[in-house]
Order: sequence, then C-alpha cells, then structure tokens
Amino acid sequence: MLEKPIYFNEMGMDGAVRPPYAGLDTWAANMPEEFRNTKQSEAEALFRRIGITFAVYGEGGDPDRLIPFDMFPRIFAADEWRKLDLGVKQRAKALNAFLLDVYGRGEIVKAGKIPGRLVYQNEAYEKAVVGIKPPRGVYSHIVGVDLVRTGPDEFFVLEDNCRTPSGVSYMLENREIMMRMFPQLFRQNRIAPVENYPALLRRTLDSVAPEKCEGAPTVAILTPGHFNSAYYEHSFLADMMGVALVEGQDLFVKGDFCYMRTTEGPKKVDVIYRRIDDAYIDPLCFRPDSMLGVPGLMNVYRSGGVAIASAPGAGVADDKAIYTFVPEMIRFYLGEEPILNNVPTWQCGKPDDLKYVLENLKDLVVKEVHGSGGYGMLVGPRSTKEQIDIFYAKIVENPGNYIAQPTLALSTCPTFVEEGIAPRHVDLRPYCLVGENIELVPGGLTRVALTEGSLVVNSSQGGGVKDTWVMAE
Amino acid sequence: MRLQVNHRTSYTFDPPMRGVAQSLRLWPSLFDGQAVLDWHVDIEGAIRGANFRDGAGDLIETATFLGSVETVVIDVRGTVETTDLSGVLRGHREKVPPLAYVRRGPFTYASNAIRELAQKAVAGAGNPLGQAHALAEAVGEAIAYTPGETDAKTTASEALEAGRGVCQDHAHTLVAAAICLDIPARYVTGYLHAEGGIAEASHAWAEIYVPDLGWVGFDASNQVCPDERYIRLGSGFDSIDAAPIRGVSQGRGTESMSVDVTVLDANQQ
Repeated sequence: MLEKPIYFNEMGMDGAVRPPYAGLDTWAANMPEEFRNTKQSEAEALFRRIGITFAVYGEGGDPDRLIPFDMFPRIFAADEWRKLDLGVKQRAKALNAFLLDVYGRGEIVKAGKIPGRLVYQNEAYEKAVVGIKPPRGVYSHIVGVDLVRTGPDEFFVLEDNCRTPSGVSYMLENREIMMRMFPQLFRQNRIAPVENYPALLRRTLDSVAPEKCEGAPTVAILTPGHFNSAYYEHSFLADMMGVALVEGQDLFVKGDFCYMRTTEGPKKVDVIYRRIDDAYIDPLCFRPDSMLGVPGLMNVYRSGGVAIASAPGAGVADDKAIYTFVPEMIRFYLGEEPILNNVPTWQCGKPDDLKYVLENLKDLVVKEVHGSGGYGMLVGPRSTKEQIDIFYAKIVENPGNYIAQPTLALSTCPTFVEEGIAPRHVDLRPYCLVGENIELVPGGLTRVALTEGSLVVNSSQGGGVKDTWVMAE
Repeated sequence: MRLQVNHRTSYTFDPPMRGVAQSLRLWPSLFDGQAVLDWHVDIEGAIRGANFRDGAGDLIETATFLGSVETVVIDVRGTVETTDLSGVLRGHREKVPPLAYVRRGPFTYASNAIRELAQKAVAGAGNPLGQAHALAEAVGEAIAYTPGETDAKTTASEALEAGRGVCQDHAHTLVAAAICLDIPARYVTGYLHAEGGIAEASHAWAEIYVPDLGWVGFDASNQVCPDERYIRLGSGFDSIDAAPIRGVSQGRGTESMSVDVTVLDANQQ
C-alpha cells in the first residue's frame, strides 16, 4: 500500500496560518455562502462579458466554455518571490544562450555537455535559421516557466515554454476581476502590480527591432485566426499594447521588408509577435501547404528586415528531452548553479531508464516528448491497470517519444468548493520577458486542479485558474 | 571545364493570379570545384530583395509581383569554370551541423524496403566512404532510370516500390536510405552537361556526409560522383526544401510551367 503523501498546504499546516495568507483565512471563512455565490456568478458574468473563454482542442463540447475561476488567491511572500524571480530569469537567460549557441557554433555540443543528436536531430531544430543571429541575440522573448512547489522552500521546474506560452491574459484578467470584486482586499494588502505586463511586453518587442528599422518600430501580433484556442489572448494583447492584430493574409513581402495592409495603405512591420507555429509561418520556407503564414517572411527575417518573436527555431530549447540539460546550460553559459531545480527525469530512449520506467509505471508521470496541454500523459498513481497497460505498450513501441518523472506532491492552496473551502493542488506559470532587459512581473498564472486529489492542472483537463499575489516588499 | 548555362523557366497562370511570391536558390555554390565567371538571374516585372546566404551556404533571394500576374519568366544565364573533385565539396563554407539532416521528411521517410536495401548495401561495404558508394550503387540498381513514370510528388518509398524513376527519385531514395542508417545525407540541385548517357540538364543528386572528407556528392542516376560536368546550386532535406525556385500564388486558377535548359561546353562553342 502506498502511504497517502503529505502535501504542503501553502496557507499553513496544522491550523497555523503562514504569513502571506494572514487575514485571508478569516476573509474566506467569514464569507456568507450567499454572498460567495453572488460573487462567483458575478465573476463568471464578468469573464463572459469580456469574452475570455478557452476552447479546448480535441474535446468537443462547448468551444466557448469558461475556464473556471477560483476567487481564493494564491499568495507568495516577498522573500519567496525573490528566489523565484532570480531563478526564472536565470533560466530564461540560459535558454536563450543555448539557442544562440546551437544555431551558431554549437559550443555546448562540442564540449560534450549535450548530445548533438538530441539537439540537431530534434524536430524543433530549424536548419533554415542556422547562422542567422536575431536582434540582440534573443530567440525566446517570452519564456513561460512551469513551476510546482512541494514544500516551504522547494520549487521544481516542470517544463519551459520558449515558443508562444499562452495564458498571460488570464493572469491579467484574474487580477482585474479580483480588484473589481474585492477592492477592500487590495486596500488591506500590499500586492505587487502585474498590470504593467503589456507595457513591458511592448518595450521588449520594441527593443528587438532589427537594425534596418529607423525610428519607432511598428509591432504586430500574427494570429492563426479566430478559430485558434488562444485567439482571445492574441486580440487582448494587441489591444493592451496598442498594436495591430493581423493574420497571414494581412501581411505581404516586398523587396527587403514585410508590410501590413492598412486603410492608409501598406505599412512596414518591424517586429512580429507571432502566435503561429514555425511550420506554418512561411510556405516558401516551411510547410508548402500552409495558408496561415506569409510567403517570403522567412527570407525577410533571415536578411534582417524584420524581427520575429519568438524567433523561428526557439522550440528546440523547450523540448522535453532537452529539458534535462537546462541545469547544465546554466552552469555552461552562466557559470552559476541553478537556483531552481529540475524534476528528476527518466528518458525512455535510454535502455536503463526505460527499464526503470516500465517497472515503476504505477508511481510515475509519463509524458510525450512533444506533447502539451496534458494530452497523451499518464499519471500512474491515478490510473487504472488498463490505462497503465495501454501506456506500457505505447512506450515499448516508441521509447524515444516518452519521458517519465516521479509523481510530485504538488502544494495545495485553499480553494472554494461545494462544501466550503478545501485544499486543491496548484502550479504556477510566470512569464519572463527577454529583450534589451530581462523582466518578470511579480505574479503569473496559477492553475488549480479543481477535482479533489487531482494533480492535473491543465485547463483542458478540468483545471481552473486563480489570481496570483506577490506581497510587496 | 568551362560550362555555359542557359536556363529559362516560364510560369503561366490561367486566369492571372495575385500574390505570386518566389524564393530563389539559383546561384552556383562557392567551393573549390566551381568558379563563377559570370551569372545573371533576370525576372521581368519582379520586385526582388531579401537576399542572404543561408547556413547551408546557399544564396537565396526573394521575388514578389504586384497585382495579378499572367506569366513569370525567370532567365538564368552564366558561365562557370568547373574542376573534378570526385564529388567532394571541398572549400564550401557552411554552418549547418550534418546531424541536422538526419530526420525523416515526407519525401525521405524510409519504408521497410528502403531500410532493407540500405542495410544490405552497407553490410561488408567497409568504411563510411565505401558505405556511401554502396548505397548509391544499390539505389541506382533498384530504380531504373525511366522518365514519365513518377512525378514531383513521388516519395522515395513509392519510387523504390515502382522500381522506376528519374533523378529526383534516385536522390530522394539515396537520402532516405542513408538517413535511416543515421548517416547524414541531403538533396542537391544543379545542372549537368551531358553528352549521351542520361541527359537531364537540370539535375538533382544526393550528398552524403563522410567523416574526414565532409559532404560528398553521389549521382545514383549516372552512378558517378559529380565531376567537372556538374554545377551545384543548393541543397536541402528534399526536392521542395532544396528547390531552385519555390513559389506560391493566390487564386483558384491553374499554373503551368515550362523549363528550357542547356548546359554547353564553352570551349566547344
């Protein structure tokens, strides 16, 4: 029999309330049920009105379903955040150094720190951008680092997202809605602001304009269109930054530059924050059948006429097989010890690791190397024997496609549920911006597994979101 | 050998189409086996720009057209002094790590038949250079040079199954056979001056990475390594990635293309 693991409750264990949550316990406990229900419907109405919904791939049902919002905030003390802030920035810096290196001289491979085949044979490694140095040498301008907590001082990085991490609109909207509904909480507590994120993102994008850009850069967000699950976020960020939201057909290439069609005629675009995958960005360079991209864009990019964020090819840094080597990158490029730890990871492609994984499937979490969104994932302790057997067969068939990690005892945070207030497991995704400077707004997206005992926080798997507070110093 | 190239590609759009955009890879590679004496690429009505040399050493340029377009004519003319290096791409400046080519693509995915052919070919073939020769020989034997049996969309696996094909099929199959053994290989385009034998003035072959030698060309169609009769333009994963002219257009009309290429020995003019 497995012993029931003891989870770290962020509000406090054994009745003692930890400082950042002081006052929130009584706030929640004293909230009359009726008031709470009113507030909950108010929150839902607000979310509906602003139109923030999350369509989920491959699940059918209502594509405009709301992602559940929990009113109980998730809170970090200032000193807790200081460590996360340093750790996340360190990681973002190392990941970018890695990208610049593997599309350049490949020193880390030559030094034998990372096997060349993992990097260069990786699906996400783009031959087309080898030797191309993006402005300021930055490939991943927005790094979303998924973190979990297992104890007062124990944080682990679950994965890095170097391409186009989504969810930052939830960080901003959750805060907005909490402030509207509970203004007194924001008077009573000194909570660090996150509202300046769009301004920082804009500044970051401006700072990576190519050398050929003269004057103030023109920035645009390139979206695959309204059918994309994160379309709301694309239009939200465009609004907040005061930049154009465009689809591939709105852009065209002429000579050395890329232009967008506007009512006042063509306008040169200097920085494109793209929310479409590499494969679809330009049919003249990648998938020839792509209708979403801009023909010739990659040639303009590679000849220095436009900046693309994230830079094509950035995905090789957030691959789950590369993840294992991030601590090594930090040592190699920065000469520092990692501030945040990785989760121990077994590569099923390695025979010894494979043997261990197959023998211990019931205790492990298994993920596809290229999977995301909680699909194609096995949580051993929460799976039936049948589910485990199916995964066993899948792993044996293509071991290189899987990695495994121990089932982490994710911390819990108090959450409003049917019966009142109960602990539910949470994770955190802060959004680190990399341009001229490296910036991190104090906060992020906290996802919460609303089902009792569940450790899967993905919104596609029934997870919800919370406002994330960092107490001001 | 001093080779003189005249290469005209004409596209006709019916009805005329908008948004015509092309990425061109039409300039001879710079390496010890080729010296470019003169080279011109002319396209009437095109707006050209965004040119650069990519990590694989190819010069790339973009051509777009304003409004709707009925015809596009790309004229390539030039003279190149070539030297026989037995296929070795000596002195070629490039930055792409050879391992980056070891990945399966839509054209170069290895069927069981390709895998078997590859394994059989390299068994007992000795060192990497010997293995590369054996692969090229096996592919040339397995696919008989037969124009008209395959088309631009034929994959390596399909070509091997048919047992017939043209230079594109030989090159795809050779690349597929090599990379399924984790040997870096790529698709190469260029020109061939041919007198007798298999005559495709606009030609394709494969390069295989051989430690100590670097990239070495293998033309399975002609069972030779490229010599002074060959002019190399560029490379890629497959025929689309390496295409000398890669284009798109918007519209529902039909596109027809005609190609006219001559590669002459300038000293016999």
